[in-house]
Amino acid sequence: MDIHEYQAKELLSGFGVPVPKGGVAYSAEQAVYRTTEIGGSRWVVKAQIHSGARGKAGGVRLCATDADVRQATKDLLGTVLVTTQTGPEGLPVHRVLVEQALPIDRELYVGLVLDRKHERIVVVAHPHGGMEIEEIAQREPAAILREVIEPAVGMRSFQARELAFGLGLGAQQVNEAMAAVLGAYRAFRDLDATMVEFNPLVVTTDGHVLVLDVKMSFDDNAMFRRPNVAELRDYAQEDPREAQAAEHGLNYVALGGDIGCIINGAGLAMATMDMIQHAGGEPANFLDIGGGASPDRVAAAFRLVLSDRNVKAILVNVFAGINRCDWVAEGVVQAIHEVRVPVPLVVRLAGTNVDEGRRILQESGLPILTAATLAEAAERVVAARDAGAAA
Amino acid sequence: MSILLDEATRVIVQGFTGDKGTFHANEMIAYGTNVVGGVTPGKGGATHLERPVFNTVKEAVAHTGATASLILVPAPFCADAIMEAADASIRLVVTITDGVPAQDMMTVKRYLWRYAKERRTRLIGPNCAGLISAGKAMMGIMPGHIYARGAVGVVTRSGTLGYEAASQMKALGVGVTTSVGIGGDPINGSSFVDMLALFEADPETEAVMMIGEIGGPQEADAALFVKEHMTKPVIGYVAGLTAPKGRRMGHAGAIISAFGDTAAEKAEIMRSAGLIVAPSPAELGAAAAQALARHAPRHVMVQQ
Repeated sequence: MDIHEYQAKELLSGFGVPVPKGGVAYSAEQAVYRTTEIGGSRWVVKAQIHSGARGKAGGVRLCATDADVRQATKDLLGTVLVTTQTGPEGLPVHRVLVEQALPIDRELYVGLVLDRKHERIVVVAHPHGGMEIEEIAQREPAAILREVIEPAVGMRSFQARELAFGLGLGAQQVNEAMAAVLGAYRAFRDLDATMVEFNPLVVTTDGHVLVLDVKMSFDDNAMFRRPNVAELRDYAQEDPREAQAAEHGLNYVALGGDIGCIINGAGLAMATMDMIQHAGGEPANFLDIGGGASPDRVAAAFRLVLSDRNVKAILVNVFAGINRCDWVAEGVVQAIHEVRVPVPLVVRLAGTNVDEGRRILQESGLPILTAATLAEAAERVVAARDAGAAA
Repeated sequence: MSILLDEATRVIVQGFTGDKGTFHANEMIAYGTNVVGGVTPGKGGATHLERPVFNTVKEAVAHTGATASLILVPAPFCADAIMEAADASIRLVVTITDGVPAQDMMTVKRYLWRYAKERRTRLIGPNCAGLISAGKAMMGIMPGHIYARGAVGVVTRSGTLGYEAASQMKALGVGVTTSVGIGGDPINGSSFVDMLALFEADPETEAVMMIGEIGGPQEADAALFVKEHMTKPVIGYVAGLTAPKGRRMGHAGAIISAFGDTAAEKAEIMRSAGLIVAPSPAELGAAAAQALARHAPRHVMVQQ
């Protein structure tokens, strides 16, 4: 789960991380009011969406007057911002962050992430922040500073100090940088984050260290114990179909093709999609219906897949372990009675009670094509799509 | 032989009296697993499925001599259950539960390292289908009847894709020694490398199949291990060639992950390390049959 920049800054400042003065606004009036709260004579208005690269997309405006702030906020609110990270559909702007504009001397990079290789939290840092950090990491990996955190004792001060001096900071700034990094670590640990990224962490011309921009992501599996973080979720920033899927315990990701997929298990789902491509088709979606394929869930899966207008054929592939095939077949039959399926449907069942499952599909009298193997299923659904297109 | 588990292994179930615990313990017993009891805090002294229930794992171990535990407790309590089992000297813990927080797993793994290597608990999972030694015993939720007894060791991240492989093999008359689901979570108990080492040492296993997924470093690590340490043929497959690059926030993930995160990169790493890469997920069984047919000691193969 991702949150907005202003939410991350609010959370982090509670952990002692130095952030610029600022506040969220939902209207132009509120944005102008924020400038009086903040003081000073220059502000930035930043579109709040779950994406980076907002500056290049015009989502960050520097303002010198109230009128500028009002206009910038009006320009941004209600628009859809397309950045290099959002994909062509972009993300809607429903709120902006108004902040004091800082005179910047240097931009640094600091990121904390759950590292699957070390199975620990790792802090990475580089003296040059910005968009090119990934290229720098590839070109000269040795230039990236790293600290691996020992989970039994947590991040120690010496580790933060090594990073701060490694970033080339002067004695005065080291303490502020350490507060930023140690605070980020405590927030990461105490809030079950999976990523905290300062890009950039800046040194101002008057020598202070502040977090100019931050991104924060959280472990969905831990949100049951972090209600104050879970409530920050902004559904407007998510694909509505993915959110709808999550409500039914389904895992759905929209893709570009025209063959809808309904499969149990993430690995089998990916393998089936590979097989469809192998057979000359393109999957329209990834959809894992998980362990208990109840009729309700199968019906919800059909509705989701059919909400994609590009879908020209559907493949259901269920390898039943605990789910018996007869039960899954009944679910499919019931779902088709509930949801009109206007495209060819191929169902492949395997595993426990497979014969019984196939019998139920055949005796239903519904126009369901069946397949015995994965290869056959993929070939049939591609052929059914082509036949449908020709007709 | 098989790895980790056979019909003599004394197994308890943590979360024994719950719906899931009851259902799967029954299936395990029906398959021939030596389930000697279970743990449900507060229900100690009761009898369930004709076996004793204990309040703590330590009690269960003291009374039954159990050395293995299957964990089916809800995700919020899972880390605690694993650590309790380790503290009670259980040697093998299989955790089926999905949805365990990543930082809990970090803590669990750190906790397991406090024991000396020869006493250390081996953890399989979480978020996996468990393991099965074909025809002998199972600790997990898989349909036992799709596994024929044979000579191929299987290690897989995905549960259902593991079933697919087993049934394709069975259809071709190829059997399995042990099939292990290591789970799909970012931090899991045992890695591909851990299981490959066990299969290499198991005299009954003649070939190994590893089924990976996109994301994480484990498949690339495993390919290197195969190249440097394994004499048995290894079949590889990585699901997700068509998977889209996930949307992501920020750069930190990309900075720490080197080459080898996508399915195509992983398959290439496997191929260059000498694995037999199945060309499609429909050819897992055929690839296993081929590997067995081709299996010959390496010194013969290098003679020109």
